[in-house]
Amino acid sequence: MLNLLIAGVGGQGTVLSARLLGLAALEKGLKVRGSETIGMAQRGGSVVSHLRLGEGAHSPLIPLGEADLILAFEPAEALRALPFLRADGRMLVADRALQPSGTPGYDVAATLSYLKRSQPGGFFLSGEEVIARCGGRSLNVAMLGAAAALGFFPFGLQELEAALHKRLAPRTIESNLHALHFGAETAKKGGN
Amino acid sequence: MAEIRLLMGNEAIALGALRAGLRFASGYPGTPSSEILETLAKEKREGVYAEWSVNEKTALEAAAGAAMAGARALVTMKQVGLNVASDPLMSLNYVGVKGGMVVVAADDPGPLSSQTEQDTRHFGQFAKIPVFDPSSPEEAYLMIADAFELSEKIHRPVLFRPTTRVCHGYASIEILADLPQKAPEGFTKDGGAWVIFPRLAYQNHLLIEDGLEALADEWSNYRFNALSGKGKKGIAAGGVSFAYAAEAVEGALQSGAECRLFKVATYPIPERKALEFLDGLEEVLVAEELDPVIEKELFRLCGKHGLRVKIRGKGDGTMPRAGENSAAGIKKAIAAFLGLKEEPTRVFCEEAPSLPQRPPVLCAGCPHRGSFFAVKEACKGKKAVFSGDIGCYTLGNAAPLNMVDTCLCMGAGLAQAQGLSKIEPDAAHFAFIGDSTFFHTGMPGVLNAVYNGADVILCILDNSTTAMTGGQPHPGTGKTLMGNTAVKADIYGVLKALGVERIQRVNPFDLGGARAAVEEALQGSGVRALLFEGPCIALATKKQPLEVLQACIACGRCARELGCPAISWEKGHKASVDGLLCTGCGLCAGLCPAGAIVEGGKNHA
Repeated sequence: MLNLLIAGVGGQGTVLSARLLGLAALEKGLKVRGSETIGMAQRGGSVVSHLRLGEGAHSPLIPLGEADLILAFEPAEALRALPFLRADGRMLVADRALQPSGTPGYDVAATLSYLKRSQPGGFFLSGEEVIARCGGRSLNVAMLGAAAALGFFPFGLQELEAALHKRLAPRTIESNLHALHFGAETAKKGGN
Repeated sequence: MAEIRLLMGNEAIALGALRAGLRFASGYPGTPSSEILETLAKEKREGVYAEWSVNEKTALEAAAGAAMAGARALVTMKQVGLNVASDPLMSLNYVGVKGGMVVVAADDPGPLSSQTEQDTRHFGQFAKIPVFDPSSPEEAYLMIADAFELSEKIHRPVLFRPTTRVCHGYASIEILADLPQKAPEGFTKDGGAWVIFPRLAYQNHLLIEDGLEALADEWSNYRFNALSGKGKKGIAAGGVSFAYAAEAVEGALQSGAECRLFKVATYPIPERKALEFLDGLEEVLVAEELDPVIEKELFRLCGKHGLRVKIRGKGDGTMPRAGENSAAGIKKAIAAFLGLKEEPTRVFCEEAPSLPQRPPVLCAGCPHRGSFFAVKEACKGKKAVFSGDIGCYTLGNAAPLNMVDTCLCMGAGLAQAQGLSKIEPDAAHFAFIGDSTFFHTGMPGVLNAVYNGADVILCILDNSTTAMTGGQPHPGTGKTLMGNTAVKADIYGVLKALGVERIQRVNPFDLGGARAAVEEALQGSGVRALLFEGPCIALATKKQPLEVLQACIACGRCARELGCPAISWEKGHKASVDGLLCTGCGLCAGLCPAGAIVEGGKNHA
């Protein structure tokens, strides 16, 4: 069983990316179980999707310290999710910060540096670059591409492409395929 | 080959109901229940009718009618929606139904998106209605068919109570062939059997009690009430807490522990099965969310049968009395209960940087921000109370707007303002209510205020949708759940007909005009209405994002006063606009004293 946690801020597309991963796993004939954050918290709050692929999962939530992988779309949300990650787990983080409005912000540099020290195998993707190259709504799918290229999943880009075709409106497919491959290429080059 | 689909719990409930021959479905949106009816609308199955009703009470009454005519009927709502629908539900159990009728009331432990942590299983006890409590999406898919079958057999409605982690959990589920379908028989008059009278109520009360007793026995053989394991210690669990417990117990058994696991999926709890579980046990741990329903039933059975078993749970403080259970929390409680060594949690070598709070906020470009701000500006220096209501606009309570002083339940705001105004006549009393909430239960409050001569200002925040729950249509939108065109209810006309004489339409993005309208309303007396009309950002066409020019004087007024998530500003620095979030609504541009916020993508030399 593979335990995967996706963390982000409402509006970043965590719910959709969890769905895409679930569909890709289904393509591979894997069992899927999970849970999403829907409702009030989606209005700019912290949102987390739990995803469990393969046999043996009863619970839709991952117990603390048992996530094999974390995909975090935002540095502070990566830090918030960190207690879920196994000591030898892997992590992919988009480094572009989203500061909350109306409440004090956080120290982005200190957060990124802490993440790098506590999870040495972590991989960091430039959120700014993804947005500049693929558009503002593409970070979630670029993250999936990067994670797939890093070998995070028991499936590859092909299954993710099939999931995109299954799930997305036809007019958005091309730009999302672009983001998927941009993420994959960036990860292969080694990121930062 | 079997078809496997990835389904959210709510989708599974909808598809399971279709498989069971559903003919009629109704409901009112509410997290975490809304996607059930939306799935039915998407599926567009021939011969299946589905509607968003104006509130839960009408939804339940409409479904009762369909079920009286022999159709299988489904009603969906969130837990607090059941409070609104409780009047017809209580009576309907005494009158009965012919076609199977299932009332889905989705509970929200946490709560993540609700006013209360009430437990629908208790509602079932109170109303004397059987309750199904699924522990996973795939179980919900199968169990909803059992619920229809039971309802048809006992000729009474049944409750189906998923919680958030079942509704919004998801799983790969094998889609099964439809069950044998039969056409509704139609309504038969049955010599007054459908008319509730005291005598009928007395007779049926006896039948209901007998029926519940029989069910407690029968359900001991129900496939989703299960018993496994051995030993002197036992864990009883229901709903999603069972899923957490099952996984934790698997781990515990692997490390050599011994225990029994009792899965409770129904109310009344299966009595024979429960006795089998309790027989020879020394100690029980109960894992459930919200109220200690299983726990108290076990206490009752121990009393009834003279058993000496120590029962741990919410009552003795072993388990949390409020909030949501987690996989980690249940695992820890079970380890402690079974005397297992606690697994070390991950230790980090240094203290982590502090995390930002992310309270939910009104979206960038939300029309409600302009409405609240106009009222706030017009009331500066005046004594005023702002009664709120249920919807996205409850988020107007947050700083820096601070414009929601009360929020109680759907439709309460205006009546509360009326009461406040009688005791505190020297203040201005405002009530804010959204369009969907206005149609839901807001209209009686307006009539009451007019009839009783209240001195209140009603602000209707009309964004043309039911926004918080994901944008469902309502009578004011002129569309139905199935996508058909409907008669468009006109809020202005409704207010006129209810006797409101002074009604003014206001554009929430026109700061000056909106403020002037509020100031004028403040001068008047009686019930005055301001109709703020601006579409939800999910419906509006996004304009070019705004830009901040060099002329910005770094006063921070835009950020400090509006609290728009697209604007950031730090003391001593110029403001900036996040082009990804900004919708170009222009509210901040209207506020900027330096005229430094302008439409983007143009040459502002």
